[in-house]
Amino acid sequence: MLIVDNVCKSFATAQGRLAVLRGVDLQLPAGESLALMGESGSGKSTLLHLIAGLETVDSGRILVDDVPLQGRREAELARWRREGIGLVFQQYNLIGSLDVAANLAFQARLAGRHDPAWVDYLAARLELAPLLARYPEQLSGGQQQRVAIGRALAPRPPLLLADEPTGNLDEAGGERVLDLLLELVGEAGSSLLMVTHSARLAARLARTLYLRQGRVQAVEA
Amino acid sequence: MDMLRLGLLALLGHWRRHRLQLFAILTGLWLATTLWTGVQALNGQARADYARAQALLAGSAQAQLAPRRGERFDQAIYLQLRRAGWPVSPLLEGRLYFAGAEPLSVRLLGIEPLTLPAGSALAGQPVAAFDLRAFLGPPGQAWIAPDTLQRLGLRAGEAALTRDGQRLPPLQVHAQLAPGVIVLDIGYAQTLLQAPGQLSRLLLPADFAARAPALPAGLAPLLQLQPPSAGDDLQRLTDSFHLNLTALGWLAFVVGLFIAHAAIGLALEQRRGLLRTLRACGVSLRGLMVALTVELGLFALIGGLAGVVCGYLLASLLLADVAASLRGLYGAEVSGQLSLAPSGWLLGLAIGLGGALIAGAGSLWRAARLPLLALAQPQAWRLAQSRWLRRQGLLAAALLLLAALCWRFGASLFAALAMLAALLLAAALMLPVLLDGALARLVGYCRGALSEWFVADSRQQLPALSLALMALLLALAASVGVGSMTEGFRRTFVGWLDQRLAADLYLMPRDTAQGLAIAASLEGRAGVEAVLPSWRVELRLQGWPVQLQGVVDQPLQRRYWPLLEQRADAWAQLAAGQGAMLSEQLARRLKVGLGDRVSLPADDGEQGLTVVGVYADYGNPRGHVLAGADWLRQHWRAARLTNIALRLVEGQVQPLSEQLEQRYGAQGLRLTEQATLKRWSTEVFERTFAATAALNALTLAVAGVALFISLLTLGHSRLGQLAPLWALGVGRVKLAWLSLGQTLLLAGLTVTLAMPLGVLLAWCLVAVVNVQAFGWRLPLHVFPGQLLQLGLLGLLTSLLAAAGPLWQLARRQPAELLRQFADER
Amino acid sequence: MNARHMLLAAALLLAACEQPAEPPQGFAGLGEQAAGFAPVERGRPLQFPADHGAHPGFRIEWWYVTANLRDVEGRDWGVQWTLFRSALRAGPDAPDWSSPDLWMGHAALTGPFGHQSGETLARGGIGQAGVEAQPFRAWIDDWALRSTGGKGIQHLQMQAAGKDFRYRLQLDSDGPLVLHGERGYSEKSGRGQASWYYSQPFYRVAGEIEHAGQRHAVSGLAWLDREWSSQPLAADQQGWDWFSLHLDGGAKLMLFRVRQADGQHYQAGTWIAADGRSVALRGAQIRLDELAWTRQANGRRVPTRWRVRVAEHGLDVQAAAIEPHAWMATRYSYWEGPVRLIGSPGGRGYLEMTGY
Repeated sequence: MLIVDNVCKSFATAQGRLAVLRGVDLQLPAGESLALMGESGSGKSTLLHLIAGLETVDSGRILVDDVPLQGRREAELARWRREGIGLVFQQYNLIGSLDVAANLAFQARLAGRHDPAWVDYLAARLELAPLLARYPEQLSGGQQQRVAIGRALAPRPPLLLADEPTGNLDEAGGERVLDLLLELVGEAGSSLLMVTHSARLAARLARTLYLRQGRVQAVEA
Repeated sequence: MDMLRLGLLALLGHWRRHRLQLFAILTGLWLATTLWTGVQALNGQARADYARAQALLAGSAQAQLAPRRGERFDQAIYLQLRRAGWPVSPLLEGRLYFAGAEPLSVRLLGIEPLTLPAGSALAGQPVAAFDLRAFLGPPGQAWIAPDTLQRLGLRAGEAALTRDGQRLPPLQVHAQLAPGVIVLDIGYAQTLLQAPGQLSRLLLPADFAARAPALPAGLAPLLQLQPPSAGDDLQRLTDSFHLNLTALGWLAFVVGLFIAHAAIGLALEQRRGLLRTLRACGVSLRGLMVALTVELGLFALIGGLAGVVCGYLLASLLLADVAASLRGLYGAEVSGQLSLAPSGWLLGLAIGLGGALIAGAGSLWRAARLPLLALAQPQAWRLAQSRWLRRQGLLAAALLLLAALCWRFGASLFAALAMLAALLLAAALMLPVLLDGALARLVGYCRGALSEWFVADSRQQLPALSLALMALLLALAASVGVGSMTEGFRRTFVGWLDQRLAADLYLMPRDTAQGLAIAASLEGRAGVEAVLPSWRVELRLQGWPVQLQGVVDQPLQRRYWPLLEQRADAWAQLAAGQGAMLSEQLARRLKVGLGDRVSLPADDGEQGLTVVGVYADYGNPRGHVLAGADWLRQHWRAARLTNIALRLVEGQVQPLSEQLEQRYGAQGLRLTEQATLKRWSTEVFERTFAATAALNALTLAVAGVALFISLLTLGHSRLGQLAPLWALGVGRVKLAWLSLGQTLLLAGLTVTLAMPLGVLLAWCLVAVVNVQAFGWRLPLHVFPGQLLQLGLLGLLTSLLAAAGPLWQLARRQPAELLRQFADER
Repeated sequence: MNARHMLLAAALLLAACEQPAEPPQGFAGLGEQAAGFAPVERGRPLQFPADHGAHPGFRIEWWYVTANLRDVEGRDWGVQWTLFRSALRAGPDAPDWSSPDLWMGHAALTGPFGHQSGETLARGGIGQAGVEAQPFRAWIDDWALRSTGGKGIQHLQMQAAGKDFRYRLQLDSDGPLVLHGERGYSEKSGRGQASWYYSQPFYRVAGEIEHAGQRHAVSGLAWLDREWSSQPLAADQQGWDWFSLHLDGGAKLMLFRVRQADGQHYQAGTWIAADGRSVALRGAQIRLDELAWTRQANGRRVPTRWRVRVAEHGLDVQAAAIEPHAWMATRYSYWEGPVRLIGSPGGRGYLEMTGY
């Protein structure tokens, strides 16, 4: 169970502090999925980064299974990212020096939860089996994003955070990737928190939360 | 013009944000120019001084008549020739000793200004413009160069005292005079050198000598005509020394360029977008190229100027050592003061500009071919890298082939150095190939995801770091090679010296008569264990100056004359007048070995002897032959008794030398104790390599700087590769450690490869380059302690180089890492 | 004559202070003070053969021979042989290289081809150059002027060589020595500068000259001058013009003019009858006028045709240089060459001009 409680976050800019999140609440029970929508600058990505432990909150709390994220040391946050979550970026962020197979298994091995059968299964499902020996630079955008998804799901993380995973793909490709993502998230037993611009994609998830100027505007089930 | 100005402004703006890169480029050019200019200035000064020495008697493409035997001849021969219509001018040469803690000596040159060939100039002053009355005196004048004056601690106008209490004419300073020489009228020279009525040489106008006149009957056996070129021995003898310095200078230059090249390349990569934008805004390709070239020219100018200034500073710091080396090794006099030639400045700037062009050419080429529209093609680094590696490997193989050819067929110092250069360059080019191979193998052993990434990512970094690693490899290998050679030579030399200088006291009598008298008085005297007189004749064999030494056969002689190789009964044959021993360098030059015959020009025609032994004669640029004293005196009437070695009973050295000094000191006998002789010899040796060692250390430092700057410039682009790992849960500190580990891994592999390369280099130096340069081959010594030390030094250098950038990485705010994602949005 | 030669001699000693063409102190420093050197004092009788030799107490000295020769084809040749001694400092002679003497030899050959000169230098004390009185021998390197028999300098052999010429001549005379001035005391200015000066003008010459590999048998007349002094010129005297003339009929004439800065020239001479009797000529008895000038290698113009008049002896002739470019390209350069007399009586001779 992920609980975000009255979280505020601001950044220093040349024009003074810019409040990005001004008291955001949300809950994501285990196994559920939630889409995060809002205009550019509404704070979606910042919220995602806070949950991933890539940044820390100014005030408010983020609780994972009733344990707060804030106050954790760098090493504990790194462990949270390694073991507690999977991350999928719009830009894929694959590791260029490793081939597809190594990329797929990377985080699972990092987290000490490498299950070769599961990874093989993921590869097969993501239609990556013939590409395992290739390097990221030799893949198309869609293929790269499928590797990123596989890599994030390989350790079966309790929570999958996805930041516009299909933002760089065409509509059809995006749909297909999302189908796979939802399916595999289900099989892995992970919760899913996904930032998206697309209402159509958001509709495929259990709930949708709208952010506007750093506040929750609405929650749709 | 506006386009150029705007373009240039836009381009230069980059450096405001990337001061480090700017610093790197300038540092590279600065270091390259500094070391190169420094070495050039050293060599230039030395060469100018040789020229001064040679132009001592200018117009001195003059031919000369030299005695066939001995070093001096009677003045009557001069008169005889003048009366036969020969326009000869007499010359007397010798060494003059001054008192001092260290024995100071100068070359004394007595000339006769009236008969010097027309158009001659002495110290830049035409003979016709001499103040004859002042020069001839009394009291006369002793001409001296300012640096010699300073070295002797004398003042102009002073009438200096020699060690044996004779007074020179008042010293007169002549800036253009060669260093280490005092010139005065021949009359004073004969008195000071205690050679009344004696001459060393006769000068002839070149046009007269060119007619190849026949010497009057009776003189032909006494004198020989030497063509003008015979005087440039000094230049020839020291050539190898200077070539070695030059090679070191170029090595440093190349290493410095590595730095500049790396930084310029990186700047281009970062400015790709800027270049595209500029062109999209309408700056022509031509304008852009001009702007980039002007920018490069600015760097060259700044770096070059700083380099030339620092080069001269460096040279003036090293000059004293170099001068001491040259004096000790070759008897070549080089001024201790550096003079600045305007051409030197220009050349330094030109080389800086050339270096900048070389370093930046690749970037300019790439900039010229930059596509106008950026295609969103993923960087195909793997493909590019494997192509690059293949190319490097092929080039390295070609260079190795060249090195092998030089080794197999080369027979000159140039070929030897070319081999060295090819070998080093091949090794440098091969380095990334080998590193890549090693890393590829290493991947197989990796079990964890992180370790796999660690190795794979190291491979990916190779192209960016390879130049710096190459610099490290070259500098380390050079250090190992030169260090092994120097240390090996030192041990060999000191051991040899210990054996060679086994006598306790050395006497140098003024002349043969005095020597014979002293030897006779010492023979059989209580406290004297052995008296070893040696006789000497100067010869020329195949145009090379050779000293023929005659020794008596005594057990002590055998003991203190270590042989490299010998026939069974070598010493007996020597004593019997049937065998001769040759110095290693002479044997090589004459291409003779044990059992071969050598022929020596004696009074009574050519005399042949069998080579029965070969010995080391380190540090002697001239040839040396050892023969039996009796045989020598039989065939060369003019042979002189030049020194007597004494083996004494413990405690006798002090009393005996005092006694001899008192009895013969005023009559020109010189004494040297073994310890003093050994100290001088060792000092000469130490100073010889002091300059080399300093340059070597500088080169290593340059390599360290290269690595540091490469890592620093790499730091930014590395962030993009490290951010995903951080996002996947690898802590910043851990990332920093990993990065450090990567650098150390690469550096460690490089250091490991540098060791065998250094040993190979040492072998090339002792077995190929030394043989060509000096004529002696040294045993190859490998010093594990030294290797370890240098290896650690290399690692430490890399560690220091890596520490800075990684410290920054470890301290990076997460926001900066995040920006890697945000930037891409 | 002579002052002529002095210049050269002195030149040597001053080589030191190389001076511009018109030195303030007389040509080539001949006007310098002579402290410490032996003075030239009236009244001392010359003694022969001793005075044929060197005079170490004096500062400068020379042995000077000029010869007017003709080859079998009737072409005119001129030969000069000179040895100068000059002491760097006053005081006793010293042995070996410390001798104060410097020696300088000049030789020249003038002929149909033009004019060539040679020069050689030597230090005293070592035997490279010197003069011995009895038997007479003067030498420097391979150049020599030495007695071949008879008394004093009656019979001499003279030889020298330059870059492209050499000569070997036999000189014979049965005439007496001629002492100039007051029994050899020859004044050089109105203020006491003087030298010892005598001549042997009666040599008949035969021998061989060689130029550019071609040998020519020649014969003719020669004139020897001997002069020594310590300060022959006054400070304001710049140079001189000097004539030694063999007149048809056997008389000889020596004339010189020392040019002074103020335009007042000091003139003197000696009329020598064919039988050897001589009378000194005072300046007023002599008239010398330049008629034509020739530009020399050093760019200076030098009078090469003169009108020479000695009214008392009925002489009014022109003396014209046989080779107007007889320039001596030596360290201290001057003009010296044979002249032909035009008028009556005819004759031949030598002209020397310095300080131009």
